[in-house]
Amino acid sequence: MDLALVLSTLDATIRLSTPLLLASLAGLYSERSGVFDIGLEGKMLMAAFAAGAAAAVFDSVWIGLFAGIMVSLATAGLQGAAAITLKGNQLIAGVAINMLAAGLTTFLGIQWFAQGGRTPQLAAGERFTEITLPFADELQGIPVIGQIYHDLISGHNLLVYIAFLAVPITWFVLYRTRFGLRLRAVGENPKAVDTAGISVIRLRYQAVLITGLLCGFAGAFFSIAQGSGFGNNMTAGKGFIALAALIFAKWKPVPVMLTCLLFGFLDALQIRLQGQSILGVQIPVQAIQALPYVLTVVLLAGFIGKAVGPKAGGVPYTKER
Amino acid sequence: MSALRPLPRWADILLLPLINLVLAFVVSGLVVLAIGQNPLAALEAIVGGAFGNGYNIGYTLYYSTNFIFTGLAVAVAAHAGLFNIGGNGQAYIAGLGVILVVLPLQFLPWWVTFPIAVVAGAAVGGLWAFIPGWLQAKRGSHVVITTIMFNFIAAAIMVYMVVNVLKPAGVLAPESAMIAAEGRMPKFGTFIPWFKNTDVNFTLLLALACLVGAYVLIWHTRFGYQMRALGHNPTASTYAGISNSRTIMIVMTLSGALAGMVAVNQIVGVQYRLVLDYVADAGFVGIAVALMGRNHPVGILFAALLFGALYQGGNELQYVIPGLSKEMVVVIQALVILFTGAMEGMFRPGLQRAFMLFGGSAARREA
Repeated sequence: MDLALVLSTLDATIRLSTPLLLASLAGLYSERSGVFDIGLEGKMLMAAFAAGAAAAVFDSVWIGLFAGIMVSLATAGLQGAAAITLKGNQLIAGVAINMLAAGLTTFLGIQWFAQGGRTPQLAAGERFTEITLPFADELQGIPVIGQIYHDLISGHNLLVYIAFLAVPITWFVLYRTRFGLRLRAVGENPKAVDTAGISVIRLRYQAVLITGLLCGFAGAFFSIAQGSGFGNNMTAGKGFIALAALIFAKWKPVPVMLTCLLFGFLDALQIRLQGQSILGVQIPVQAIQALPYVLTVVLLAGFIGKAVGPKAGGVPYTKER
Repeated sequence: MSALRPLPRWADILLLPLINLVLAFVVSGLVVLAIGQNPLAALEAIVGGAFGNGYNIGYTLYYSTNFIFTGLAVAVAAHAGLFNIGGNGQAYIAGLGVILVVLPLQFLPWWVTFPIAVVAGAAVGGLWAFIPGWLQAKRGSHVVITTIMFNFIAAAIMVYMVVNVLKPAGVLAPESAMIAAEGRMPKFGTFIPWFKNTDVNFTLLLALACLVGAYVLIWHTRFGYQMRALGHNPTASTYAGISNSRTIMIVMTLSGALAGMVAVNQIVGVQYRLVLDYVADAGFVGIAVALMGRNHPVGILFAALLFGALYQGGNELQYVIPGLSKEMVVVIQALVILFTGAMEGMFRPGLQRAFMLFGGSAARREA
């Protein structure tokens, strides 16, 4: 393999891991606060649809992004109301959100745009296009480093940079701010947080809304950055790979990034390997597609390390007992 | 907690689900209204599409057959405190077992192949749920996460198997060979012309038998008691000498076996071959059915009929009112899950207060 091929595979890796990273970090906030979220997929799908629809109708990528985030926030709010205020089953709330998103986006898409569920094709100004970083073209001539800078680091759309910027920000928020300390505490021992005079409910709502915000970015990535318009079930289970990545990374921001890059790489590899064979053996693409899920199951079972989630996860907080 | 008394039984199992269902319909109706269509016309189209004539009822019953199986799968696990979200994957991969035993035996009469297909479907579906159960019992992995992952792993395996192994040479579509006419489960329409050539077949009787079997198992056997004890209080059941890990593994296997019956219905009763994605999310409908039916076989029967009617009615909806697609049913179903499963806290306290105020003698005598 020459450098150009390696670079183009890695380039695809970065592109494919972006929505995983955004969604996985989204889930991190919610789950660290003690609210299980298997509805990442649904929130992304809602956001993808809203972003695609709004960008097409208002001819603006920014209105698209804004709409995606707003719809994702509202969905997260609904999920929060069920899981936090009404003390409902968080897992069932997630299932309901996923199903609602699958039904509503197709239903409204067919009704509004009459294109079998797709939103209209977006023009150049209505979607996020590649950004060339400063000096990328000038430095391209320098072997290796210049090429890496030009091919790999430069030339992605805005949301890719936001996703990777969200990693250090999340790390800082989680480990270096008062909010982060409380967030981690509320996922482990809400009673202690409550005793310290801090509202568990409020903290969990804040966490769930941050989840909604990041899912909004992740969903928008599908319809107005990677693609140009929304298509039926566009997120195609990526929300569950993101969930797997979150568990695989043991709910920590930097490992989340590395895991998402790994899963993104597997995805890129799987596309590259379609119909090809390595050393005479044809590897079924389905095996590579299933690998993230298999790895997560194996890790969860404690065969390679151990993934233990936040202790208070999944349990609604009740003040008086 | 404040001194709210529990609801009377009939309110708990009938009134509350009904309120939630009505609310789900009202909210979906508002969505239909918001996009400028008439929700009452839509409801009429759905009801007509589900019950209008023998043809409609036949398809309603066909959908209900699948939903009874997946609803029971969720309910049986729920009694032991387990949330089996992997009904889809279990039903899907069970098809592999069914097609692999049925194809070699296809020229035998259906009453020979059918029981074998049932055993094969139950074994493979059960195995696909046993592994998450075993991982939960012995390794402490969360059964919900594992079953989600297993849904995707099953999908990958099935695509590989259908495209690379089961697809006969010369066939373009990704599907297995057809089962010969002898090996097919007869449809109702063969005996009762009123049902026309609809997909409802005698697997429905198996579904009804499973309902009865589940009832006996859960409430009238020693094992049923063990699983309910586990579901109510795992610590107490341990002290009572019940092996929780054994119970978890058996319950998950049973749950997966029930989900696997969808494969029997689809392959031996309806499509006569293995096609991709034949489960069509019936596993997830099962969650709504179990929640709506309060995990009781009688409730599940009615809930499965309801959702069968909704799915069949939804199919007809798009022909009656252009622009309204069958996905409206998915919205209703999601709202039912949301209201009955996750937002129960919305009505229960209010209803409890209402019963305490107006409930009269019955509630007072209990107190």
